[in-house]
Amino acid sequence: MEDDAPVIYGLEFQIHIIDFDDENNIINKNVLLHQAGEIWHISASPADRGVLATCYNRTSDSKVLTCAAVWRMPKELESGTHESPDDSSSAAQTLELLCHLDNTAHSNMACVVWEPMGDGKKIISLADNHILLWDLQESSSQAVLASSASLEGKGQLKFTSGRWSPHHNCTQVATANDTTLRGWDTRSMSQIYCIENAHGQLVRDLDFNPNKQYYLASCGDDCKVKFWDTRNVTEPVKTLEEHSHWVWNVRYNHSHDQLVLTGSSDSRVILSNMVSISSEPFGHLVDDDDISDQEDHRSEEKSKEPLQDNVIATYEEHEDSVYAVDWSSADPWLFASLSYDGRLVINRVPRALKYHILL
Amino acid sequence: MDSETDMVRQIRALDSDMQTLVYENYNKFISATDTIRKMKNDFRKMEDEMDRLATNMAVITDFSARISATLQDRHERITKLAGVHALLRKLQFLFELPSRLTKCVELGAYGQAVRYQGRAQAVLQQYQHLPSFRAIQDDCQVITARLAQQLRQRFREGGSGAPEQAECVELLLALGEPAEELCEEFLAHARGRLEEELRSLEAELGPSPPAPDVLEFTDHGGSGFVGGLCQVAAAYQELFAAQGPAGAERLAAFARELGSRYFALTATISYILTLTDEQFLVQDQFPVTPVSTLCAEARETARRLLTHYVKVQGLVISQMLRKSVETRDWLSTLEPRNVRAVMKRVVEDTTAIDVQVGLLYEEGVRKAQSSDSSKRTFSVYSSSRQQGRYAPSYTPSAPMDTNLLSNIQKLFSERIDVFSPVEFNKVSVLTGIIKISLKTLLECVRLRTFGRFGLQQVQVDCHFLQLYLWRFVADEELVHLLLDEVVASAALRCPDPVPMEPSVVEVICERG
Repeated sequence: MEDDAPVIYGLEFQIHIIDFDDENNIINKNVLLHQAGEIWHISASPADRGVLATCYNRTSDSKVLTCAAVWRMPKELESGTHESPDDSSSAAQTLELLCHLDNTAHSNMACVVWEPMGDGKKIISLADNHILLWDLQESSSQAVLASSASLEGKGQLKFTSGRWSPHHNCTQVATANDTTLRGWDTRSMSQIYCIENAHGQLVRDLDFNPNKQYYLASCGDDCKVKFWDTRNVTEPVKTLEEHSHWVWNVRYNHSHDQLVLTGSSDSRVILSNMVSISSEPFGHLVDDDDISDQEDHRSEEKSKEPLQDNVIATYEEHEDSVYAVDWSSADPWLFASLSYDGRLVINRVPRALKYHILL
Repeated sequence: MDSETDMVRQIRALDSDMQTLVYENYNKFISATDTIRKMKNDFRKMEDEMDRLATNMAVITDFSARISATLQDRHERITKLAGVHALLRKLQFLFELPSRLTKCVELGAYGQAVRYQGRAQAVLQQYQHLPSFRAIQDDCQVITARLAQQLRQRFREGGSGAPEQAECVELLLALGEPAEELCEEFLAHARGRLEEELRSLEAELGPSPPAPDVLEFTDHGGSGFVGGLCQVAAAYQELFAAQGPAGAERLAAFARELGSRYFALTATISYILTLTDEQFLVQDQFPVTPVSTLCAEARETARRLLTHYVKVQGLVISQMLRKSVETRDWLSTLEPRNVRAVMKRVVEDTTAIDVQVGLLYEEGVRKAQSSDSSKRTFSVYSSSRQQGRYAPSYTPSAPMDTNLLSNIQKLFSERIDVFSPVEFNKVSVLTGIIKISLKTLLECVRLRTFGRFGLQQVQVDCHFLQLYLWRFVADEELVHLLLDEVVASAALRCPDPVPMEPSVVEVICERG
């Protein structure tokens, strides 16, 4: 939908669906109960707006298990109706459980990723040191384990996060365990590349560049954000060290990959302009359409030097650690950040930069 | 009637007031007239005395004129004789000069010799044409040449310390030796000495195990090299100040070259840079830009090194805390009886760092400590406890309220900047390290789930840390806030939050 951008985030045993109407700057909230347990990870299906997957904690006889399941939201909420805020009489509704990503064989699920641009049938979960590829059948009511891969090595290896690459026909997945980044091929479930010691300490998150095939970004507890070319993993292409504590999230903008968003436990959200490693390092070049003119418009060329990388803005509206940031899939200039105290802040890219990129 | 009596009374009162006023003023008028009369009398007397003074002065002037007239002659003659006497004394000095110079040279009193030489030089120059003077001058020159040679000898030997060298150079300059040569030689000597120092430092750093103790090394480096360099610079400035910009440039180039070599050696030691800062600042009045940019560079590097040091130390402690939180099973832990060993280690390590940094830096400024800071309990916790909200069963509203309280509290307290720039003093360094460590503890606690006793253990541990860490930081509120937040976060992560009694907590901590 063009008008609004629903945002979902998990709060203890509840899921709050926030509808943001950006024309009128109104926020509506709906609460869904997730009684299965405490939510630690959430991701929405790219195909069906009402389907989402969660990783949650379940406490049973003083042991904590992390499980994963696929849920469906009640119909009225997924279309993003603009309910008036006074209507608080609507009781919190429950999610409908579609299927469990059964993990009796493996212990703790760290995260769940959907196949991007797919039909919502394939899903990958990371559990301890295993990657599990699931097939969702019969309108997602059943999950069948299609294939899996394990990480061998000494010590207790544990995946911390993963991301499905939108390139290469969606056959590549990258994972982070401790300080290493690995890339996997989902068809053969074998490792393609491995970036050892990507960060000095734990890697918290990673993201793929939506426009450039081989580029990904990672962030970690060494307060740095590093950009990698997976064809040459010995050294990062670029390193950002703007944060003063652990960086929990890094996100590329879905259309303009020079905009990179990072959130950190130093309570800041930083929007950076990584022009030099983006798909348009020289800025917006003249389109072919414009050259059709007979006049000498071509003499007005843009400068041929690569533009400089810089920090566009630092957002300090949060009072506590920022644990999640993401871009809106409806409006490429809108992004949201969430902090420990439950504050959700929705921001826009500064207008000057937006016009600069567009024009 | 009443009002009438009232009025009468008032009138009487007013009357009496008026009378007293008049009496008082009357007295004043009387005294004024008296004073004026007295003044008139006194002035009359003074006038008389002034007249007498005038006549006396006239008499005195008269006498004085007569006396000077009589004594005029004598006066002139005496002046002339005095002048002649002085001249004769000077001539005698000149005649004796050669022998005196020789004696000085023999005795080694070079300074005196040079001084004599200086005094005589001008006169001899002037009267060169007179043969007797000529002879004297020649003698003196010979001796002076010999003196210069000896001075150079001493200078070249270089075994003498810097002040003696400086003296030699000073004397040589006074003798009119060409300054540039002296510059060069002086710098060459200094270089030789300082290079020796550098070599010894290099040797210490070299492959020989074990690596020397950082402090010893820095002391050695500091006193040896830096001290030497500063002495050289100071002496040079004094001696060759007159030489103008050329000399200054040479000194700057020299200092820079040796300095950069030295910095390369001691690249990992921040103390040196701060010391050099101080030393070089002393010479900052010298209007040469290379010195000040060197200063700025040194300061910048020092700052970066210090920041790095704080980060590294913070990381060490953070790792300890992290492991302690991540590896423990918080759900099934038993009722806490002691403070955990890792917390004691953290305090020990922090104290050790405090001592180490204290050796290098000064104390820094601390906010005034409250006398009962160690007895303070956790505010968010205690306020919510007082409200009796902690029902044994988990209800969604309870944590929201404490959350609200803590959020409101956070709005009004300053946001803690985990990594604000570190100043060059001990308190700031330690504050940085402690902030990093406590923030790590906070983040790790937020990622685990705690049982009731797990929460109580965290409570005990945090109280213990609070007892000992507050005295290291600039603002003890910071430690309180962070530790409060740790316990509050642990409480939020606990499905069965029953905090321990503060008295019990204190007993356990005191035992630990």
